[in-house]
Formats: sequence, C-alpha cells, structure tokens
Amino acid sequence: ESNLGRRKEGGKEEKGVARVGNMSSVGTGYDLSASTFSPDGRVFQINYALKAVENSSTSVALRVKDGVILGAEKLVISKMISPESGRRVHMVDHGIGVAISGFVADARQLVARCQEEAFSYRDIFGSTIPVRVLAQRMANYMQVYTLYSYVRPFGASILIAGVDEENHQPQVFQVEPTGITVGCFGAAIGKGRQSAKTEMEKLDLANLTCEEAVKELAKIIHTIHDDIKDKNFILELGWVSPQSNYKYERVPRELVAQAEKAAKEALGDLSDMEEEDI
Amino acid sequence: GIMAMPGLPPAGTRLREGPGAPGGVQTGTTIMAATYDGGVILGADSRTSSGTYIANRTADKITQLSDRIYICRSGSAADTQAISAYVQHYLNQHKMETGEDVDVEAGANIVMQMAYGNKDRLSAGMIVAGWDMHEGGSVWAVPMGGTLLRQPVTAGGSGSIYISGWIDKFWKPGMTKEECKAFVVKAISLAMSRDGSSGGCIRIITINKEGSTKEFLPGNQVPLHHDELKQPAAESTAMEVA
Repeated sequence: ESNLGRRKEGGKEEKGVARVGNMSSVGTGYDLSASTFSPDGRVFQINYALKAVENSSTSVALRVKDGVILGAEKLVISKMISPESGRRVHMVDHGIGVAISGFVADARQLVARCQEEAFSYRDIFGSTIPVRVLAQRMANYMQVYTLYSYVRPFGASILIAGVDEENHQPQVFQVEPTGITVGCFGAAIGKGRQSAKTEMEKLDLANLTCEEAVKELAKIIHTIHDDIKDKNFILELGWVSPQSNYKYERVPRELVAQAEKAAKEALGDLSDMEEEDI
Repeated sequence: GIMAMPGLPPAGTRLREGPGAPGGVQTGTTIMAATYDGGVILGADSRTSSGTYIANRTADKITQLSDRIYICRSGSAADTQAISAYVQHYLNQHKMETGEDVDVEAGANIVMQMAYGNKDRLSAGMIVAGWDMHEGGSVWAVPMGGTLLRQPVTAGGSGSIYISGWIDKFWKPGMTKEECKAFVVKAISLAMSRDGSSGGCIRIITINKEGSTKEFLPGNQVPLHHDELKQPAAESTAMEVA
C-alpha cells in the first residue's frame, strides 16, 4: 500500500485522512457518500456534518432545579435584517422547546418534525410526549439520513428541553447528526461549545432556580461570544419554568434585559481586571 | 361468536347502534367498571346471544390490554376482538418506547381513535379501565361512535339501561375493594334479571397497584331478585359475595 492518503497524527496513523495545511482533515476517497465506511471505521460524511454544526453560532441548554432554560447566540449579519427573523429557539409542544445550531434550513426541518411527533403522540395517546421519547424519536429520524448515498446527514444539532407533565421533571437532550441523543444537565452546541461547557461546569445546576439560570446563561453566552470574529448578536432565551406555569415561553423581555445587563457588567469587571494586571 | 341460524338475520348483517335507532338493537351484554379507593373493579355477564339463541353462556367479555389495563367489550364480538388485538399490540410498543407501564388514559385514547376512525364500519361499545402510577385507578367509557369519556363508574351493553338509575343512586366514591366488588356484582345481577340478552355467570376483575385478579361467580351463585327459580347448590368456588 502506498503512503498516499496516510498521515501520522500525534503518533496515531489515520488512514484516508490528509491534512491540508492547518485546515480541517479531508478523507481521501472514503468520504464521498454516507454509505461508505473508511478503513478505520468512520463515515466521513457524518464527521463533516458535525463540522457544519461546529462552525455555526452557539446554542446552550440548562437543566436546573425547577425547570429548563434554552439560549442561543443569534449572530446579526446585517442591520437590515429584522431582529425577529431567524429564530433559533422554538416551541415544539406546550412544555417543550428546541434550540438549534448548524444549517438553519436543515434545523427548520428538524423543528417541524419535532412538532409533528409531539402532535401525533398527543393525538394517539392523549397526553404530552415525554421529552426522552421525543429525543429518541428525533435521534432515530436523524440516523436514517446517515445510511444512504442519495441523501446527506442533517447539518444541524438540536437541544430539546422541557419539563415532563406528570412528575415535573426537567429534561435536556442533545441530538446530533450522528443520530445519537444524550441526556444532559448542561448542553452546548456550535462554535463556542467548549468555552460554554467550561463555564457551565462551574455552576451548581442542580440547585439553581430558573430565574438564576437565566442570568447564568446570559453570562455564558456573552462570555463565549467572539467579539473579534463575529459582530453583534441577539440573545434568544426560552424557558419552561414555574413562572411560566411549566409551559414553554420566551423569557420575558424585562428578565432578558436584566440578565444581559448583569452579564455585561460581569464581563466589564473582568476586562477591567485584565487591564490592571497589565 | 354468533353463528348463522334459521330465523336469524343473515350473517354479516350490521346491527345498528342504540336501542332508540330505527330497527337497531344492541347486542346482549351487561358490562361495567367502577373506581374504588385504590383501584378499579370491572364486571361483565357471560351471555352471547343472537336473537333467542344463546351462542355462548360462559363468554369472557373482559380482555387484557396490558398488565394493569383491561377492556370490557359489548357489541360485535368480531369488532371488539379485532380492536383489542390492535390495542394490545400498540400498547406493547408504547411500553417499549417509554420504558414505563402504560397509562390507562393512553390505552383508552387508542381505543377511541380506532372506534372513531372506523365509526361507520364498527359496532363496538367498550369500557377501558385499569390502574397506573400517575392517576391511580381510572375508568374510561368508549361507547359506539367513538366518544371518550372518563367517569368514576359506568356501565354498557343492552342490560346497562336497567341499572343506570340504580348505579346513580347507590355508587359512592371511596368504597373499599370488597364494597365495590359487591356493588358491581349486585348491579350486574340486577341487569341480568331484567335483560334477556344478559345472563349466565358474572366475571369480575380487580386492578390496583399490586396487579390484577380475575374472579368468577358461577351462574347458580348469582344473586336473585325477582322470585327466579333457585338453582341447585354446587361446589363452592373461590369467590365470596357479600
């Protein structure tokens, strides 16, 4: 076998992967369709789909003591665009919301599917779809698109958050283009997810109330937002909380404003500290 | 099942719904379900009749849909058996998907969807009852046409009309299991004594947190009310009646 297409990466040989300068890896020949495995057991199309999510703006979800909060960093690419358009956080059922990252067009289809699943569950069984059931159904749905060469995987991940009707148990699930769903206390997707997770890990989520969590989430998103690379952003927040009677709602404007103000002040303090050190 | 016999309507003739409908007759049955403190009691007679012919005098009109959900069936035996089979299947799938025991409301809803969606082709009056950890015991009536109505106590079948007033008068919430069982037995026996299409034995199912229990009251031990001839005594059975 020739060495074409082989590179050593940190001592580990990866077949079919070439690095072009510092850019992301490219599979040679095994990445043309989702129905092809690479010799080292990957389906590159799925990896690339995940990349699409990684390159998009961040969404975060928190599962706290008495509810769930969903937030998204909605980048403003032009002042001419109405700030209301390009929603990133949607209602899919009375007590369940969904935040999206990745290709917005793909994500819209996923949101629509969530709504259909929730509706049909209620139609057949007469009660609200449990969040874990919805998450598993969406994972199964997305997995189908990783099987065939004539479709491509979804270029979007979603965060499903809600409070189960019967036992008031808050739940957050992350669903990815791979077709995996995982239940979380804190979830983040998109370009700022690593920083967001670092911030989340500092919090005692199990003991936060929704009102406190709104402030924390605003702070997280303001922290991870890259002022240099990206321009302005709008913070979209939704929640299912005791204040909203365990129904999905956009967080009331006053609360969002307060949370953003507190977040900016906290970050302002930090940057002041940095200047002092210098 | 109902067999074709001389003098009977030809096999396959759809019996129209409701005693009031023109030319309509409800197929003979008395079924009922009642909630008590901690669960539900389901009861049914055991007579399947076609006209004056009793096709089956020991029929079992109560069918299991899942661990703690049962359904009382009246109307076309074929229709209700087919519906029961579908619902058992869907409830089993639902249990796999949720990882929990199915709520009675979910079972009742599926029955309703089948009854309403096929209302022009079915002749089925059903009562879904059981126990789940979210609501405790519950009773859901699904009469012909596909209404879904949750009630604390309900009765169905041709014999039910004779005991509606009695049930209204004598049912009370919070009965004990034994009180409720005696109530159901008495109600069904009263219906059996007036409705020619209801008779035979009484079957009783008790459903609660612990599970479900099936009991059987043989015909010669059914309480009598109107100078009916007493049946000769037979061996004792498992069921005691208050």
